Amino acid sequence: MATFPEFISQNEERDGVRFSWNVWPSSRLEATRMVVPLAALLTPLRERPDLPPIQYEPVLCSRATCRAVLNPLCQVDYRAKLWACNFCYQRNQFPPTYTGISEVNQPAELLPQFSTIEYVVQRGPQMPLIFLYVVDTCMEDEDLQALKESLQMSLSLLPPTALVGLITFGRMVQVHELGCEGISKSYVFRGTKDLSAKQLQEMLGLTKPSAAQGARGQQAPQPPLSNRFLQPVQKIDMNLTDLLGELQRDPWPVTQGKRPLRSLGVAMSIAVGLLECTFPNTGARIMTFIGGPATQGPGMVVGDELKTPIRSWHDIEKDNAKYMKKSTKHYEALASRASANGHIMDIYACALDQTGLLEMKCCPNHTGYCYMVMADSFNTSLFKQTFQRVFAKDEQGTFKMAFAATLEIKTSREIKVSGAIGPCVSLNAKGPCVSENEIGTGGTCQWKMCGLDPSTTLALYLEVVNQHNAPIPQGGRGALQFVTQYQHSSGQRRIRVTTTARNWADAQTQIQSIAASFDQEAAAILMARLAVQRAESEEGPDVLRWLDRQLIRLCQKFGDYHKDDPNSFRFSETFSLYPQFMFHLRRSPFLQVFNNSPDESSYYRHQFVRHDLTQALIMVQPVLYAYSFNGPPEPVLLDSSSILPDRILLMDTFFQILIYHGEMVAQWRKAGYQEMTEYENFRHLLQAPVDDAQELLHTRFPMPRYIDTEHGGSQARFLLSKVNPSQTHNNMYNWGQESGAPILTDDVSLQVFMDHLKKLAVSSAA
Amino acid sequence: MNVNQQTPMASPYGQPQPGYGQPGYGAGYPAPYAPYNNPASVYQPGAPPQGCSPYASFPSKAVAANPVSDLSSPLDLGPLRGPPTSVPAPVSAAPQAYSHYGQGEMQNGPPPGSQAPPRPAVSQPYNQGAVNLSGPPQPYPQQYGAPPPMQQVTNQMTGMQISTGPPTAAGPGYAPPHSSQPPTSAAYSIAPHPAYTQGPPPASMAPSQPPPPRDPAPPQPYYGGPPPPQHPASSASAAPLPPPPSSHQSFPPTSYPGPQAPLPAGPQAPLPPGPQAQPPYAQGPPPPGSQPHYAPAPPHAHGSYPAARGPPPPSQPGPYPPAGPPPTSAPPGHYQGTMPPQPPAGQPATYHSGPPPPRAQMPPSSMAQTNHLPPGPQGPPGPLGPPGPLQQPPPQPGMQGGYPPQQNGAFGQVRGPQPGYPGPYPGQQNYGPQAPAPAAQAQKRLDPDAIPSPIQVIEDDRVKTTEPFTTGVRGQAPPLVTSNFHVKDQGNASPRFVRCTAYNMPCTADMAKQSQVPLAAVIKPLATLPPDETPPYLVDHGEAGPIRCNRCKAYMCPYMQFIEGGRRFQCGFCSCVSDVPPHYFQHLDHTGKRVDCYDRPELSLGSYEFLATVDYCKNNKLPQPPAFIFLIDVSYNAVKSGMVNIVCQELKTLLDHLPRENPEMDSVVRVGFVTYNKVLHFYNVKASLAQPQMLVVSDVADMFVPLLDGFLVNVKESRMVIDSLLDQIPEMFADTRETETVFGPVIQAGLEALKAADCAGKLFVFHTSLPIAEAPGKLKNREDKKLIGTDKEKSLFQPQVGFYSTLAKDCVAQGCCVDLFLFPNQYVDVATLGVVPVSTGGSVYKYTYFQAQSDRERFLNDLRRNVEKPMGFDAVLRVRTSTGIRATDFFGSFFMSNTTDVELAGLDCDKTVTVEFRHDDKLSEETGALMQCAVLYTSCSGQRRLRVHNMAVNCCSQLADLYRNCETDTIINFFSKYAFRSVLTSPTKTVREGLVNQCAAILACYRKNCASPSSAGQLILPECMKLLPVYLNCVLKSDVLLPAADVSLDDRAYLRQLLSGMDVSESHVFFYPRLLPLMKLEGDSLPLAVRDSEERLSKGGAYLLETGLHLFLWVGANAQQELLLNIFGTPSFGQIDPNLTSLPVLDNPFSKRLREIVDAFRAQRSRYMKLIVVKQEDKAELIFRHFLVEDKNASGGASYVDFLCHMHKEIRQLLS
Repeated sequence: MATFPEFISQNEERDGVRFSWNVWPSSRLEATRMVVPLAALLTPLRERPDLPPIQYEPVLCSRATCRAVLNPLCQVDYRAKLWACNFCYQRNQFPPTYTGISEVNQPAELLPQFSTIEYVVQRGPQMPLIFLYVVDTCMEDEDLQALKESLQMSLSLLPPTALVGLITFGRMVQVHELGCEGISKSYVFRGTKDLSAKQLQEMLGLTKPSAAQGARGQQAPQPPLSNRFLQPVQKIDMNLTDLLGELQRDPWPVTQGKRPLRSLGVAMSIAVGLLECTFPNTGARIMTFIGGPATQGPGMVVGDELKTPIRSWHDIEKDNAKYMKKSTKHYEALASRASANGHIMDIYACALDQTGLLEMKCCPNHTGYCYMVMADSFNTSLFKQTFQRVFAKDEQGTFKMAFAATLEIKTSREIKVSGAIGPCVSLNAKGPCVSENEIGTGGTCQWKMCGLDPSTTLALYLEVVNQHNAPIPQGGRGALQFVTQYQHSSGQRRIRVTTTARNWADAQTQIQSIAASFDQEAAAILMARLAVQRAESEEGPDVLRWLDRQLIRLCQKFGDYHKDDPNSFRFSETFSLYPQFMFHLRRSPFLQVFNNSPDESSYYRHQFVRHDLTQALIMVQPVLYAYSFNGPPEPVLLDSSSILPDRILLMDTFFQILIYHGEMVAQWRKAGYQEMTEYENFRHLLQAPVDDAQELLHTRFPMPRYIDTEHGGSQARFLLSKVNPSQTHNNMYNWGQESGAPILTDDVSLQVFMDHLKKLAVSSAA
Repeated sequence: MNVNQQTPMASPYGQPQPGYGQPGYGAGYPAPYAPYNNPASVYQPGAPPQGCSPYASFPSKAVAANPVSDLSSPLDLGPLRGPPTSVPAPVSAAPQAYSHYGQGEMQNGPPPGSQAPPRPAVSQPYNQGAVNLSGPPQPYPQQYGAPPPMQQVTNQMTGMQISTGPPTAAGPGYAPPHSSQPPTSAAYSIAPHPAYTQGPPPASMAPSQPPPPRDPAPPQPYYGGPPPPQHPASSASAAPLPPPPSSHQSFPPTSYPGPQAPLPAGPQAPLPPGPQAQPPYAQGPPPPGSQPHYAPAPPHAHGSYPAARGPPPPSQPGPYPPAGPPPTSAPPGHYQGTMPPQPPAGQPATYHSGPPPPRAQMPPSSMAQTNHLPPGPQGPPGPLGPPGPLQQPPPQPGMQGGYPPQQNGAFGQVRGPQPGYPGPYPGQQNYGPQAPAPAAQAQKRLDPDAIPSPIQVIEDDRVKTTEPFTTGVRGQAPPLVTSNFHVKDQGNASPRFVRCTAYNMPCTADMAKQSQVPLAAVIKPLATLPPDETPPYLVDHGEAGPIRCNRCKAYMCPYMQFIEGGRRFQCGFCSCVSDVPPHYFQHLDHTGKRVDCYDRPELSLGSYEFLATVDYCKNNKLPQPPAFIFLIDVSYNAVKSGMVNIVCQELKTLLDHLPRENPEMDSVVRVGFVTYNKVLHFYNVKASLAQPQMLVVSDVADMFVPLLDGFLVNVKESRMVIDSLLDQIPEMFADTRETETVFGPVIQAGLEALKAADCAGKLFVFHTSLPIAEAPGKLKNREDKKLIGTDKEKSLFQPQVGFYSTLAKDCVAQGCCVDLFLFPNQYVDVATLGVVPVSTGGSVYKYTYFQAQSDRERFLNDLRRNVEKPMGFDAVLRVRTSTGIRATDFFGSFFMSNTTDVELAGLDCDKTVTVEFRHDDKLSEETGALMQCAVLYTSCSGQRRLRVHNMAVNCCSQLADLYRNCETDTIINFFSKYAFRSVLTSPTKTVREGLVNQCAAILACYRKNCASPSSAGQLILPECMKLLPVYLNCVLKSDVLLPAADVSLDDRAYLRQLLSGMDVSESHVFFYPRLLPLMKLEGDSLPLAVRDSEERLSKGGAYLLETGLHLFLWVGANAQQELLLNIFGTPSFGQIDPNLTSLPVLDNPFSKRLREIVDAFRAQRSRYMKLIVVKQEDKAELIFRHFLVEDKNASGGASYVDFLCHMHKEIRQLLS
């Protein structure tokens, strides 16, 4: 048998699932003593180019409460043409189409290599893709121009049948009618008044068609595929391009000392309402581009007086953010409406100051896989490329995005689902596999994810419910089935089914194997998601304390030590990195709000809870590479000791790609040695990290902030804030030494942290 | 005052004179009318000789319409009186006149005198009804003996006339009017019957006379003229019997008690003379001298009578007797009856004894010479008089039996044969009551020709108005609105700007209350002046701004008195003394006038403008140029009717004609466009756009303007985009199926746009249907015909929701004027939709069942005119008055947030504001009553200005003066506005009754206080108000107050609102349409209009009827082929297309001229009149008939004749 790491990686490759434990303790009691909960990181649409689409529908268990999909784990009686559901043990007849089934003639879904399989549903109409642009016009001309160009460019990236719509807003909100000849029409709404979907429908004149159709009869029922506001790209390409071209900066005068009046809340509300009444339950994407905070109407986050700054964490702690609650409520309501209809709300916020992402975070968070982008300006490659990459396509030429997905989970009787943490909303589907303990979005076995992309990852928390006195027979396996129904970007409905199983083990007797099955990376991320989840509602220190306690307990449980002797503490290899992850997690912007604006925190957290494990790990513990004349580029410790004068460092924090030139390298560069042919190697040295950075930049989504700095540069702070402060102005004995650069901070270093951890872990008092 | 009264007298006399003259003329006279004319002409000639041009004019008028002419002359006298009014002045005048007389036989003098008197006389006639006669007669005989007869005569006359009414026929030319013969006969007959007539009348006369006698008595003694007051009263009464009364009156005034005495004599034919004599008195010094003058004067005015009287005392007697005879002549027996009065003649003798004889002779001789000669002779010799009469009688009978009577009537009525008419009416009525049998007949047969004719009055005034009207003379009534005249501003506002109901206001509240005459001014602040009159000068005082009184804030005007060498000035309104700012200082000349008086418009003119400073601007910021916003309904109906298409097409050219002050420059007015059905579409037409952008606002519940930049644009800059837009609008909505509309939000949208642009402006709303879409201001159909006539009817005129009132308030605050063009196919609730336009100084235009083809012209012309017409924005109007009166009530299209400031979001050149004044203290005759109307507005070029109109009128302590200087057209304008507003709060029935009551009260007051005593059976109308009944009847019959079955509620509300902003000329033609016969069109002059009655239409003719809103071409079924060929190009009546909306262009002079006339009519009115061809006996004739306002109408409106009877009854009730 392969090693666990290989097993884990195989499973991840095939099913997109990683469990914190790969051997499951067989009783509830034991499970709770594992400290790190039994949980899975699921990437539902993990790219599987090798996966053949199955052109028929899945076979379901006939038990109404089960409805599990036929899978390789099912026992099949080929002669009787029966199969037994591995979740509820119901015996089911194969449908008539399976009459030819036999041991040698198995359908794909019974083949072990197809533990993950994708069905293409043939029923139902092909749904168009819908893109509704919601554009802020209260921005500098330069920004607006860049945005307009980006939008125009995007039209060329859309499939010709995709429907597009345009809403612009400033002081007013304008819904543009598309495809008008000779005169451009738009419906204008006051930016201070929220409208219900019904009102909106009436005001946009969208109720008429049905009535008129009834009345006129003979007129062919206009396909709901388009209306005046949402039209196929191929039809209104030119028109929309012109329209975008003529977009003017919001003409209402902004007096000195005021912010422009920006009716973001209403604009989004109208966008949601428009789709709600025209394309319910159809995948659609509301892409909102904002250049500043909402300053009026529902959803406003700050008044228009420039002298009152937008709320900070400080204000929030002091309960001084007077618009926050109301505003948040507004956006939450919008998010739930949008998600109910399977619509995605993206936010592209480009402004130097905050734009209210804190309040709006629920929109992208709740509507599934969403893009929330934060940049300084629309005129940056950060925005431009990110936006372009939204429309990235796979080999088949279809978008990598998927729409209006639901995820359902089926479990063996011994386990239940506590909840999920990630970009999803509950569908409130109660079932036998729903646990009473809720973690994250719980109380359901179905979730809705309005948007998905191949890296969207959910953390699913499970609960072992098997009682201690009801041992599971040897060799028993716990099984899980994830059924993801979604609208493919080609318009098809698809169902991806992943069925996976793990061995049970008695924790009392087989603790070693359980410990060996620990996936510390997955566990770190799963714990981090829990912590982030808590941080949303709890005070920062409480979260940290909770995190610390969990860590200490884990150490106590699985560490190898003598009581009260810190030096005796040893951790097995499967646990060794875990404390370090926790150390960096504690310092990360996901849990620390110091030096971050509320918007930034929201943004980071948002990204953290939706990316897959690899990327999440980078977020928690940035990767640092060193380039020097001493050898090939090498990863180095994320430690201040890695910062040396003759090195170039490349740091990837996911959000930033930073190239740091050491003191000496910087001087050389300044002196222009790279220009001299005899120092070509220096030029190569300089170029190497840049090339690597480019590579990262090209694959990363969203586009990271690219920073090129040097010793003493102001931007170097990004690096200095991330590295382990092993050398500070406080620890004298390293002071003045050549190795590394001291970090001016009072934060504890990893060493100190570990020392304390050991001490606490071995303490009998704990 | 007395003088005035006298003047009336004179007029009566004058009339008689004509009669006499006629007789004298004998030959010429034979033809009743002819005689008049002849006489008139004769007179004229005579006049010229005399040198009295006025006479000439008078006569001419007289000629035109006999009765009228007489009246007219009186009218003229009126003006003359103006001066005379002030006793002293008159006297002086009189003296002069006398002198003239003396010299040139006084003809000139007399005429004027007579003229002046005539008017009063006319007015007086009413009073005449000398009820108490019987008693008095006796006394008369003695002293006034003469007078009694006079009265009697008058009575008889009246009676006669009345009776004549029917007989009219009898009275050929004149006959109709006076048909004195028949009337007389009738009268006589009547008289006989009742005995009263003769006996009683006399008796009545006597009684009345008694007073007169008294007066006379005093008069005699008076000569000094003390009696005045009494006289005035009498004079007032004069109307019908006028002559007599007038005479009486005149007597008093003149102090010629003697004359009065004559009055008695007056009763008879002589009466006229008597009056005349009096008139002279009035003018001339009452004294003897005057008498003679009178005599002459009378002659002029009335013809020989005066002359006869000239010899007043004698003449009177003489004349009277003669007069008496005339009537008698008609019915000899009567004469006899009357004769008794003659005895009075004898009295005259007494008069003779008085001073008159000599003078009388003098004047007469001179005056009468030819015409009057006869009278003269008669006059002079008291005894002769009798003979005269005798002579006269014959002629009269021969001539016009009526004449004499007329003349008699003339006394009162003389001026206008009308007076005579009135006489008749009353007479009839009187008879009715008095002598049941005859009365009834008489009443029923009341001759329409015998009652005051508007046409006659209009024509007389038109003919009379030859000289420019100068505004320098205080208290002078301007020519009628129907006359063409040139105005010279000499310190008072032109009547084109300000017209008052009374140019001689009562001094005290009691008098005002007693008379019931409304004191009001109809102000048209931005009226367009004819090209030959200079528009008000613009005065720029620089940064200091206009100079104002410190206390009442009145603006510098000619009424400010500079004192202390020019260092300070005293306000004419509140008497407060203010310092003259140094920069404005100027020395005074020896008369106390500033040296630069004539260099400064504000010191010498009645109307001028100030450039306002920033202090006069909203928010202390100079205003932005105004903006026009076009809001077009694009619902199904609007598109289908073609309205949208037409508007869009037209706007393209119209935008080049936005108002501007300097024709050289481009207009600075910005424009914006909105279309709407149940949502609103705004358009961005910014010059930089390649194509217009449409912004739809469907949130009508909470209106806002979706864009700022690009909505209001300069036409020139955005021309391309605008054109493109206007081309596309009809296309875009061509297939619309939206039938619901909103309205409130539409106005809100315009308002918000103006607010956003921070400017004033005007909204042009083109709307088709009841706004039933869900939105603020949503309305429901509430047209319920069952409510008509009930107490709830008023609710139909009230807005159905309060929303629009609030909206209007907001509009006014922003200076947002709303003009509403309605194209309804059904009920749209004009009462509610009109609230905003009416409150913001806007207009409502209504094109029911609009069809592009037939209504296009009318609509486009209205629209063009509306867009192009000069107007002011964001205006505030304030009327300041001198202490003693106060502006208490305002009518028109505006909003008032307090009791003094009239706020007009927009004020165009056609809008008027009617202001009612009430006393809060006493006025003084010396200073008169001053008013200053100041309008602060933003001109179309965005300049803030103040326009000031000043008006001064006289004040009187005698009611007669009040009645002598009234403007009936203006009074009707006021009444109608008052009544049309009252329907909002009271049932229409109550309103109608109120109008009738007030009118009756006015006339009764006159009768009681101003007219000489006469039979209660007589209807005596003041000369100035003799048309009051007919016009009032028109008001009562209007669709608003008395709807016909087919008149929709919308129409009524529309008319009601429309009227509120009408000026006098519009309201005049609106209530009494102009009806022109088209049989002969020659030269440049218009054919003489005919009265609005079906009887006047000849089957063989074609007529043009104009109401200011409608234009009908009525074609008689038997119209001559030639006529039809000329007009329609077809010889057959049957081939005339009743759907024609414009006359075919034919190459013949008749067609050309007719089209010219039509065009001219249209040019005169603020709204374009669509031509409707009405073929006799066609369906459309029903509509046409509705405008024949003298006839009884289908909805129960009384005919003129019936109404006059009714009015008389009312008056009598009040008097008893």
